[in-house]
Amino acid sequence: MEKRVTFKGIWLPLLLVLPQIVITAVFFFYPAGQAIWQSLFIPDPFGLSMQWVGLGNFEYLLGDRYYRASFVTTAIFSILVTVVSMGVALYLAVLADRLIKGSGTYRTLLIWPYAVAPAVAGVLWLFMFNTRVGVVTWYLGQLGYDWNHVLNEGEAMGLVVVASAWGRISYNFLFFLAGLQAIPRSVIEAAAIDGAHFWTRFRTIVWPLLSPTTFFLLVVNIIYAFFETFGVIHTITSGGPQQATTILVYKVYADGFVGQDLGSSAAQSVILLFVVSILTVIQFKYIERRVHY
Amino acid sequence: MADRGGMVERRGAGLWLTHLGLILGVAFIAFPIWLAFVASTVSQPEIVRPPMPLLPGDQMWENYSKALTSGVNAPVALMLANSMVMAIGISLGKIAISLLSAFAIVYFRFPFRRVFFWLIFLTLMLPVEVRIVPTYEVIANFGMLNSYSGLILPLVASATATFLFRQFFMTVPDELAEAARVDGAGPMRFFFDILLPMSRTNIAALFVILFIYGWNQYLWPLLITTDPSMNTIVMGIKQMFPSGDDIADWPVIMATSILAMIPPVLVVIGMQKLFIRGLVESEK
Repeated sequence: MEKRVTFKGIWLPLLLVLPQIVITAVFFFYPAGQAIWQSLFIPDPFGLSMQWVGLGNFEYLLGDRYYRASFVTTAIFSILVTVVSMGVALYLAVLADRLIKGSGTYRTLLIWPYAVAPAVAGVLWLFMFNTRVGVVTWYLGQLGYDWNHVLNEGEAMGLVVVASAWGRISYNFLFFLAGLQAIPRSVIEAAAIDGAHFWTRFRTIVWPLLSPTTFFLLVVNIIYAFFETFGVIHTITSGGPQQATTILVYKVYADGFVGQDLGSSAAQSVILLFVVSILTVIQFKYIERRVHY
Repeated sequence: MADRGGMVERRGAGLWLTHLGLILGVAFIAFPIWLAFVASTVSQPEIVRPPMPLLPGDQMWENYSKALTSGVNAPVALMLANSMVMAIGISLGKIAISLLSAFAIVYFRFPFRRVFFWLIFLTLMLPVEVRIVPTYEVIANFGMLNSYSGLILPLVASATATFLFRQFFMTVPDELAEAARVDGAGPMRFFFDILLPMSRTNIAALFVILFIYGWNQYLWPLLITTDPSMNTIVMGIKQMFPSGDDIADWPVIMATSILAMIPPVLVVIGMQKLFIRGLVESEK
């Protein structure tokens, strides 16, 4: 797509794109290039020189038990966050869509947690489930359940999943509700006249018509779970216990900044870069398809 | 919405069940925040002897003034100011450079136009989380650790806004540019007098989204603000937890969490229409 009417000039447009190009070059392309370059070296223990290892860092990573475990952790974590937040959001959106009046009020009441930072969400959930002072922990204790996400790997994973999914419900709700409201009433009423009950209508009409929204949210939520949940992990578990909640992004940080293993951290960045590229391509392919509809 | 009153909506008991389901949903969403609010209004002993009360206490003023004026490592008022500078800096910076480059890419034919376009496009693919170590080194070499420019610039380097404005400019009728040209107005005149006023709603919607994005940054400020007086509020909360076995000052930490939520939540609720529009547009 191109504009038919354009202005003349060569220097002016170059000047106009200059700020963005400079910032992108200095703070994006240079660091990204550095990451790729550093991933091919190992620094000596004193940080004085770098030794060329080619793809050695990658070979090491892919053979590393902890790194492979982190991949599995990330997969489990992302799938759980996506399913939980989308499931709850769809349920609420279906309910809100059935109201003639008041769905706008519920929308207002449900969307504002979008504004709560993942790191703040982490602190809120940590407070509820804190092993010493947490209210939920205390009540669970009264029921005879000994909650301790500091030691129990499954509970730690459960807590970071719920804290990450919680803030995301708003976003998914908004898109699901919009998707539901875009479905023509007449189609659903026709099915109702034919005697289809709610569940049948949902399964055979609503769900298929909602699938573009669902697919879009699926990709966007996976990207969210991969990259934007760092704050939740860092505030609640710091990747523990025994690395049970060390997702890939957390490991880049932990190895690069805490462990000072720059070569490995850079190689991990490159692998992640590859993963994001695939996700982004999927997202764009899908959007392209939607445009051609 | 008026035509949506049909035969498939619920009435009677079903209607009440629908409301009940939604109210439970709202309660689930709001409960953690309610609890944080209650914790920010009671005293430390009430929290460390569980279970803590579920209704607000009378220590609100003490906790909030302690947080704002002294905090734990740095006064929270200072962290709020830092967050405000960072969020507004990121929003305005990104909007300004994106408007200019989108204008150039849409309204001019110049050498390397496609190359620039693809270079900017590529930045969509790589969140700052993925390139933290080398970006940190760049900032350190420029001496921008513990500075506002260090907080803001790396997060401005992304193309989402450029895309949005490009899409919007493509929909602006060609007649407007033609008329401007016939009237002898230069490109910048056209930009400021016609294009910019037309983009007002888009700019505002994007500002809402970017403000929240900037305000909620965590990893980047965590890395580059080692000086507590440069901490932003969202990353500063975690720094308020003591290391080791000391008990955290929960009322002050929870007061800080509430303070960290207020500005972005106000933006979302107060500018709901713009917020929804921005969200939908920036994901297209």
